[in-house]
Amino acid sequence: MSVSLNVIFWIVVIPATVILGLVASWIVRKVSALVQWRVGPPFFQPFYDVAKLTGKEILIPEQAQRAVFVGAPLIGLAGVLLLSMMLWRIAVTQSAFLGDIIVAIYLMVLPSLALILGSSASASPHATVGAGREMKLVMGYELSLVLAFIVVIVKTAGLVGPGEQLSLAAIAQHAPAFSISGMLAFLVALLCIQAKLGFVPFDMAEAETELGSGVLIEYSGALLAVWKLMQAVMLVVLPLFLVMVFLGGLSAEFWAGLAKPVGGVPVGIIALLIFAVAGLLARFSKYIDIMALLALIGICVLAGLGKYVLILVLIILIKNTNPRVRIDQAMKFFWVYCGLLLALAVVLALIGNTLGCNWL
Amino acid sequence: MGLKMKALKKSVWVFHVNAGACNNCDIEIVNLLTPKFDIERFGIKLVGSPRHADALLVTGVGTRQAAIRLREIYRQTPKPCIVFCIGACAGGTGIFEGGYHVAGPVDKIIREVDPNAIIAYVPGCPPKPEAMISGVLKVLSTL
Repeated sequence: MSVSLNVIFWIVVIPATVILGLVASWIVRKVSALVQWRVGPPFFQPFYDVAKLTGKEILIPEQAQRAVFVGAPLIGLAGVLLLSMMLWRIAVTQSAFLGDIIVAIYLMVLPSLALILGSSASASPHATVGAGREMKLVMGYELSLVLAFIVVIVKTAGLVGPGEQLSLAAIAQHAPAFSISGMLAFLVALLCIQAKLGFVPFDMAEAETELGSGVLIEYSGALLAVWKLMQAVMLVVLPLFLVMVFLGGLSAEFWAGLAKPVGGVPVGIIALLIFAVAGLLARFSKYIDIMALLALIGICVLAGLGKYVLILVLIILIKNTNPRVRIDQAMKFFWVYCGLLLALAVVLALIGNTLGCNWL
Repeated sequence: MGLKMKALKKSVWVFHVNAGACNNCDIEIVNLLTPKFDIERFGIKLVGSPRHADALLVTGVGTRQAAIRLREIYRQTPKPCIVFCIGACAGGTGIFEGGYHVAGPVDKIIREVDPNAIIAYVPGCPPKPEAMISGVLKVLSTL
């Protein structure tokens, strides 16, 4: 890659991540609608939502702590965008720095921390309850998430060469999910990601029915748009992180797959065409809209994002087939059940490492 | 203004206010979200906080107790916002006209806060979901 192309890539990657996140949030809403036998929103719905919110009035409650209230969404968005830059850099250039796993774990806490800060500053009792639940939830899943990473680190530590650093780029070369301990860790990490995204079994912080969107209750206008953007980017970043850690990462040339013909047929270009035409005709029939969705998923798979789509679909299905749990149930679930499972996984991984059998 | 208004028309988030209704209109509003009518295909979404809302769906006569809350909710909604009076009671107090507990039709209560409020009426007892969809589309096309 030449220098100028490199610079352009790093300029484009942030808006591209935001757009990809909005598209992913459309996929979430559309697939949820299809699961419930509805038609669902049109393709540009998340874009309209954000555009509309930016144009609305921003109301700040009188008793709110203004600086924190306004600053919190920006901190959250900045955190996830920074994490996305880090992950794309590892995916594209395979280069990493010392201690990037720790940095990634810290950056992943930042959105929840920003939510807690913003809602505590908004002087609303509903938001306070939401903040308390979010705090407990963070304490619940963070232990499991770190334990799951420990399994991955134990599993890959033996595979890294003597002079090499153990980093995300090195971990992304292996796929620890294809072993017993790795699979256990992957399943638990998937549920932790579900909780981080605030999706349904673990959405008690936002609880639409009891708290009236809880942590976000006092936000309006452009500030709410920033929260929505943050959640959209998280929808890209967190599954991508799982792909890197557990499933062997994206290949270095992941976007090149779109242009490559399969057996003489330019499949990628055909899928793009189907998506564009079906998107234009979508207003006329429900089934054309579904065709656009399938073409979009096809494009993602061809572009080497197949593993990402797999995790996204798993998250959506978990979201749509589960009721919300109480906060004490969630903490018990993460600490007792997931904790025990992961302790077992760590032991298995250690035994596998010492005996030299990779499948354990 | 152009893009802002276009985006607003494409994505109307509604907040449901019960100002003393008998729950009949409320059931019909919830009916709008079911697979049969599915208003999410027009970008309309039910939200849990008036701060997120672009439209208030008000049902009920607006009793003396509810009027105070209704005014407060209207003040908390970021502008531009549309008020929909759903049902005969909200439109013109219906069978409760002159009752001791009635603070007036909903539009009178809202106009006390903001004389220039955008108010739309969907009559019926209760109005059919089709009527509500058509009412929303008519208001959006005149904005």
